[in-house]
Amino acid sequence: MPEIAQPLALYVHWPFCVSKCPYCDFNSHVRERVDEAAWRKALIADMEYEARLTPGRRLSSLFFGGGTPSLMTPGTVGAIIEAADRLWGFADAEITLEANPSSVEAERFAGFAAAGVNRVSLGLQALDDTALKALGRAHDLAEGLAALDVAQRHFPRVSFDLIYAREGQTPEEWEAELTRALAFGTEHLSLYQLTIEPGTAFATRARLGRLTLPEEDASLGMFEMTRAMTAAAGLPAYEVSNHARPGAESRHNLTYWRYGDYVGVGPGAHGRRGGMATTRERLPETWLKTPVASETPLEANTRADEALMMGLRLLEGIDEAAFAARTGLALGDVISASGLAETTRLGLVARTKGRLWLTDTGQPLLNAVIARLMA
Amino acid sequence: MTDLAHIRNFSIIAHIDHGKSTLADRLIQRTGGLTDREMSEQVLDNMDIERERGITIKAQTVRLEYTAKNGETYTLNLMDTPGHVDFAYEVSRSLAACEGALLVVDAAQGVEAQTLANVYQSIEHDHEIVPVINKIDLPAADPEKVKAEIEDIIGLDASEAVLASAKSGIGIDDVLEAVVNKIPPPKGDRDAPLEAMLVDSWYDPYLGVVILVRVVNGVIRKGLNIKFMAGGTEHLIDRVGCMRPKIETLDEIAAGEIGFITAQIKDISETRVGDTITTVKNPAKAALPGFKEVQPVVFCGLFPVDAADFEKLRDSISKLRLNDASFSFEMETSAALGFGFRCGFLGLLHLEIIQERLTREYDLDLITTAPSVVYRMHMTDGTTQELHNPADYPDVVKIDFVEEPWIEAVIYVPDEYLGSLLKLCQDRRGIQKNLTYVGGRAQITYELPLNEVVFDFYDRLKSISRGYASFDYHQIGYREGDLVKMSILVNNEPVDALSMIVHRGAAEARGRHMCERLKDLIPRHLFKIPIQAAIGGKVIARETIAALRKDVTAKCYGGDISRKRKLLDKQKEGKKRMREYGSVSIPQEAFIAALRMGDEG
Repeated sequence: MPEIAQPLALYVHWPFCVSKCPYCDFNSHVRERVDEAAWRKALIADMEYEARLTPGRRLSSLFFGGGTPSLMTPGTVGAIIEAADRLWGFADAEITLEANPSSVEAERFAGFAAAGVNRVSLGLQALDDTALKALGRAHDLAEGLAALDVAQRHFPRVSFDLIYAREGQTPEEWEAELTRALAFGTEHLSLYQLTIEPGTAFATRARLGRLTLPEEDASLGMFEMTRAMTAAAGLPAYEVSNHARPGAESRHNLTYWRYGDYVGVGPGAHGRRGGMATTRERLPETWLKTPVASETPLEANTRADEALMMGLRLLEGIDEAAFAARTGLALGDVISASGLAETTRLGLVARTKGRLWLTDTGQPLLNAVIARLMA
Repeated sequence: MTDLAHIRNFSIIAHIDHGKSTLADRLIQRTGGLTDREMSEQVLDNMDIERERGITIKAQTVRLEYTAKNGETYTLNLMDTPGHVDFAYEVSRSLAACEGALLVVDAAQGVEAQTLANVYQSIEHDHEIVPVINKIDLPAADPEKVKAEIEDIIGLDASEAVLASAKSGIGIDDVLEAVVNKIPPPKGDRDAPLEAMLVDSWYDPYLGVVILVRVVNGVIRKGLNIKFMAGGTEHLIDRVGCMRPKIETLDEIAAGEIGFITAQIKDISETRVGDTITTVKNPAKAALPGFKEVQPVVFCGLFPVDAADFEKLRDSISKLRLNDASFSFEMETSAALGFGFRCGFLGLLHLEIIQERLTREYDLDLITTAPSVVYRMHMTDGTTQELHNPADYPDVVKIDFVEEPWIEAVIYVPDEYLGSLLKLCQDRRGIQKNLTYVGGRAQITYELPLNEVVFDFYDRLKSISRGYASFDYHQIGYREGDLVKMSILVNNEPVDALSMIVHRGAAEARGRHMCERLKDLIPRHLFKIPIQAAIGGKVIARETIAALRKDVTAKCYGGDISRKRKLLDKQKEGKKRMREYGSVSIPQEAFIAALRMGDEG
């Protein structure tokens, strides 16, 4: 089984936030107090459980996501990193922590770095105070930029998130904002078009007609502009919303998109390992009582659908040999021949040199192309 | 046996919601046909669809025993008749089996236009009509005003109208007394050769075909060899009985009586409504008047959404047909819809009922193609063909001329809607024949091409008159028409299920409307999709669905895979319900909605 030798990604979920953002559908919860010692113990126990099921695998990445993992103390972060090292061992690992760009959390950055975090992803979200308020963020721009400065001093690798195609945002405004963002000199940027997710406060507002996003043409224009500007600045897109200096891509997230194995611990965390899909109880208190994974074996067809869905998000596309190794099925047998012919004729996909990938015109149509290829 | 003087055969005429079923239930309850517990559900409307739509599809009878105030016991046969123009012939046969009718009118709402057509039909059968003013205990009840309406609008003497509330059980005995005292007993000679009218028939899984009969002369009993005079077949009667409403076996049904017979008949198409039943030995000299061969007038294709359901559809249609000889079916193949059936119906309501029953009782998802009538194609070589399906439209150069069926429609409508109604008829190529006023209501007679009527005319009529117009029609033969086949092309490929035969003058408007509707109904694709309406090679209307430009999920990480995959699975499932034309997926809803288009556009 060649898979055993494959490196493994570890995701640790910290479910708590200071406040809930109106656009966010992640598994996040606001609690007045958290018994951090108990949580530390439980997360490590969950890791031990997973480690027993993935013997001989080393970690290529560790990602602290949330929620807001920067609300953890550096002591807890350090204990988890240590436990990961003990249970699996790191292979030149990328260790990322998602952080809120607030002054309180920035004070911990030195501690996180000392604990072993070597990459930080800051939830800056906008470079405009009005927009930050509309997005329900707790920080203002000055505080955010100060935190970015601290982060750039403490971590070798820094990324930050921005949300664009916001309500009322014009292409000119976004152009100015992105120009400024690129000038900060980070090696990585996650630039998301605002999406209304079901079950969020924004979804309710949109349903009531109190929130209107830019029209298709405007949002496509901003998407294409983003591609052009980041490429010109040396941080080309490598995934739908992710941009990096070549070589500075998020190794952890690449594992998801290349459909590699990853282990997820903590409430609501998902994992894919050895052909199994794992999930955890979503509610923090429930999970704390029963941190047991529920596991479902995935059929080859399902694995193939997932690999296709994730792989086409990357500009590099899908490596057909890796696809066959991961799913046990040949890509050509999985996708619809008529769908491939049609999308190829329309110039949306290309299949050369053992890879299937979306062209520049195909990228903004990813969902429709996938649906056509899977039909 | 009951002597004629102690028999009464009657039907109930009522507007929907005026309390026909409740009154019938009360009469059954009062005369002891069912226990209170059994009465908890309405008895006469058997099918779900009948109950929900408030219409009766199959005639039902119930035999009641009533001891009147004069001390004599009477046998009352209550006949529940179908109540829709599609079943006008069946109604006329049911009415022919009775001597009178109860006209039930809501004490608050008064006479409704829809009731008029049925009242007049009843009057034509020389029925004695007994007005019953129902719901008199409602706060808004105004019996005096309703009585005046009955006299003014219908022209019936309402001075002795029975005041009742079926719901509260008020006046039920008065209704029964009126039936006994006002409705004449039947006539007939039990010693004459057998003449019995076949009123209706249905298939019962235990009894085989059950035939509802009204014996006019002679006697019908078990063991008798009978003959259907129009159908020509002979059968041995093995059961004679009546419904009370539970089945009760009788020794005989004699002249003047209503009851049922069974004769081990398996195929319902042998039992034609209106046929005359007589004995093989010593038969009647002539058949009873009024028999008509029932012909389907509206055709459409029924296809399973899931091609794998074809056998199930065949099975289900065959089963439905056991109970309804008035619809026909034959196999049909469509380029895009696959295998299905071309079915013929008495009218649009009949079509809808069959479609609904297949969907509901047999759990089938169906695609219904545009309804069409039977055209007569006169070819240049002198031959004539009947065309049931626009897809079979012959090569235009071989057609000499085309004839289409016409109807004469009689419409009753309150004054205030007259203008819009005349416009509707005019738009549908109608020829006005007559217009008279009866107490604030107009009676209009129009000649109309049937193909304009099958195309949502009834829906329009109802919506224009807010339900107040009533509509009755009969066919008056074929006339030449300037008709053309209009095709709909999606991405340059003809969609056979959407092609239709239309009058040349109406083609452009209908084509444009169809294209506009499809533009809204077909989801955007990765490429732009032209939608065209064409006659022969000539495009008469065109719309374009723009290509999809952006459809991408911004975020998808390890925790999102399962959820996003499930969304895709759902899409895949939805795709099964679509049909491919020129690599365009057309949702089933688009077919149905496009075909059910109104005139608003």
